[in-house]
Amino acid sequence: MTGAIDFTLNGKAASVEAVAGTTLLEVLRGDLGLMGARYGCGLGQCGACTVLVEGRPVNACVIEAAALAGKSVTTIEGLGTSERPHPLQTAFLDLQAGQCGYCLSGILVSAKALLDTNPAPSRAEIATALNGCLCRCGVHNRILDAVALAATRMRDGVAA
Amino acid sequence: MIPGSLAANPRLDRWVTFEADGRVAVAFGKMEYGQGIFTSLAQMAADELDVAFERLDVTPAATGEIPDEGLTVGSMTTETSGASLRQACAEVRALFMAAAAAKLGCDPSALDVRDGAVLRDDAPSGETYWTLADAVDLTRPPTGEAVWKSPDRLTQVGQSQPRLDLPPKVFGAAFLHDLLPPGMRHARILRQPNPEARFVGLDEAAVRRAAGEDVDILVDGSFVALICATESAAARALAAAEASARWDGVRDVPPAFGEAVALTDMPQTIHTAGDPAPDHSNRRRLTASFSKPYISHASMGPSVGIARFEDGRLTIWTHNQGVYPMRALAARITGLDAQAIDVIHGQGPGCYGHNGADDPPIDAALIAMRRPGSPVRVQWRREDEFAYAPVGTAMLIELSAELDASGRLVDYTAEIWNTPHTGARGTAVAESALPGYVAPGPQPPRLMPDGSRFSGGLLNAIPSYDIASKRTVEHVIDPSPIRTSSLRGLGGPPNAFAGEGFIDELAEAAGQDPHAYRLAMVSDPRGRAVLERIATMSDWSRRWETGTGRGLGLAYDRHRGAGAFCAVVAEVEVEADVRLVKLWCACDAGLIINPDGAKNQLEGGMIMAASWTLKEQVKLGGPGIASTTWDDYPILRFDEIPPVEIELLNTRDKRPYGIGEISQGPCMAAIANAVAHALGARLRDLPLTREKIAAALLKEG
Repeated sequence: MTGAIDFTLNGKAASVEAVAGTTLLEVLRGDLGLMGARYGCGLGQCGACTVLVEGRPVNACVIEAAALAGKSVTTIEGLGTSERPHPLQTAFLDLQAGQCGYCLSGILVSAKALLDTNPAPSRAEIATALNGCLCRCGVHNRILDAVALAATRMRDGVAA
Repeated sequence: MIPGSLAANPRLDRWVTFEADGRVAVAFGKMEYGQGIFTSLAQMAADELDVAFERLDVTPAATGEIPDEGLTVGSMTTETSGASLRQACAEVRALFMAAAAAKLGCDPSALDVRDGAVLRDDAPSGETYWTLADAVDLTRPPTGEAVWKSPDRLTQVGQSQPRLDLPPKVFGAAFLHDLLPPGMRHARILRQPNPEARFVGLDEAAVRRAAGEDVDILVDGSFVALICATESAAARALAAAEASARWDGVRDVPPAFGEAVALTDMPQTIHTAGDPAPDHSNRRRLTASFSKPYISHASMGPSVGIARFEDGRLTIWTHNQGVYPMRALAARITGLDAQAIDVIHGQGPGCYGHNGADDPPIDAALIAMRRPGSPVRVQWRREDEFAYAPVGTAMLIELSAELDASGRLVDYTAEIWNTPHTGARGTAVAESALPGYVAPGPQPPRLMPDGSRFSGGLLNAIPSYDIASKRTVEHVIDPSPIRTSSLRGLGGPPNAFAGEGFIDELAEAAGQDPHAYRLAMVSDPRGRAVLERIATMSDWSRRWETGTGRGLGLAYDRHRGAGAFCAVVAEVEVEADVRLVKLWCACDAGLIINPDGAKNQLEGGMIMAASWTLKEQVKLGGPGIASTTWDDYPILRFDEIPPVEIELLNTRDKRPYGIGEISQGPCMAAIANAVAHALGARLRDLPLTREKIAAALLKEG
């Protein structure tokens, strides 16, 4: 056993016990019951499980839970809710930027990480930031547009 | 006339009810997985009933709760389910009008409905659907006499309605994968390397050590499941089981079987149709051979299934393409009576046809039958989805044509080699592991309602032009060397890729512009309008000389020869690789229910087709599929996506056609034609990779 791992999850203190080698995704979906980060490949190749660690996007399926001690983790559940959506979530709904939606959790948090450091990204910069996330339904253009729309609204101070 | 699904599920209350005040519950037998059908069908119902869209509740899919409409396939929901739901709603509206007229003592012609309230001579009558609900018996069958609204009276159909299924997906809560019934246990399956392999044994101690908690090792024949309290433990147990498992009868598939050309040497039946063979007159004759490889559905989420067997009843949770077909499949495999099985549908990742979604629910059901009580969840891994889900068949397509003296196409033959496009339908991968399993023989022919043979391989085998004489020769390889089944569009998109590439070659042979050549062979005014529109949208007249490294390619297709009309133009740049500069699409699919949803589907189909065209090939090796990760099976990424421009034509007056499968074929061909234009050399074998481009240029040079 690794023992207790204490970290910050979506702004609140969290603590889990995990067997050595347990991934962050297993901890999130298993112990903590946070199902928003998706299992997609288990190899860090598709981005469906992306969460933010210290504000940076990482593939939760390949990072060991033990590495999180003392760190802050943000998942899709920490982005916003239907009552208080993040501007990205509003923009994705406004532009209907999704089909099956399985990729969206990872894409939304990856986009948040981008906008937190680059409030006015070009289309190419958005594409680069999302390149670790696969989308099979072919909604890429709407997603790129929605991230750009959210960026504009956030810069202009438009409420979500 | 009563549409088929309504005739098969004739009680009106199976489709529409008014149980909660101010709410309308509508039910239909098609599954939502991101195509937007819940929304578009609800729009149709709201329009026929004259209620606000917001009043509608779509009944979640489960056996017993919704009408049986079979599988959600073939891009047919709008056409078939839509027609039945509209008819049911029109019937229900007419019954309520009759009831209101009786109660109010007036003629029904004096009545109308506005947002569920009955108007008499345009004034509120005090009656609504809900005040009248007790007086109207909806357990009756339709009369077939109620009339749909004419297109000019539709107010909700044709509006871009935000999708009902999307909000939960942006807030992280949507999928069956997230369902955790109390007491649920997690299982992983130790899968046979190949269907003939027989389980000999494994190192149980190693499996228990690796799991680190209790593990129930279930063995029945070659069906081996590892059942734990947590998914992580089951995953660890499986890794140890795979490392120590011993099998008899493992056989390897030659990697060369992954190429379409290998199909020609496999056992096959041959089916010919169409006009007699040409007389080989002195007309000009051309031939060319095209191919596409095995292609994976490559759904973003590996499939999941949950099952519980308790008190003689089996309950299955699935994200597959139809709850009733799942019930039939589970009944056949478990031996239970179908009436003892409940199937509940949950949202899943896009499937694009028959992916792995049918399988984990059957895995889970087989476990649940042997371990009654607790719900059992089986989550496939990415490598399971790539290796064991059915894939779309490879196709070899040899085309020949004859041109008259003016260069016009007058005789066309398509000779096709493929495995059955719906081969694995109604089967589960677990079956071959069970004791007493007998491999099924070749598929019996599937017949159309008119008695003719249906084959997915023949869809769009003949290009959508006025051609005097045409024929098909189809070689069906059965059994398939690997597990194949329906992939979005079946043979339609590959045939369009081949046929429309060949048409470009014929235009070149005739010394004509590809657009003008096509237009001269299309007499249908709707087809002509689509072709003319795409030329304007893409500024086709700017098309430049061949072989500059930059290409503009066109393709046109009428879906299955009888559906929507679709034309695509692609602009590309080719150096070592193909870079997509822009894609345009003009489409006439008749009445459009949800324009924004339709465009989303068309564009998604184009991007998927671009990915098929440029990147995708299932690779064989070892006992089956060797490409089991995204590194082995790359798809198009964000930085490779071109802008896409789509226009919908003729969206009000004609009957609606399905649009989910119509844009891929023209898009594949348009890209390939653009690449040929850029290179001055044609690549006829997908995918159009860097290696194939280099080889084509060497051959040409």
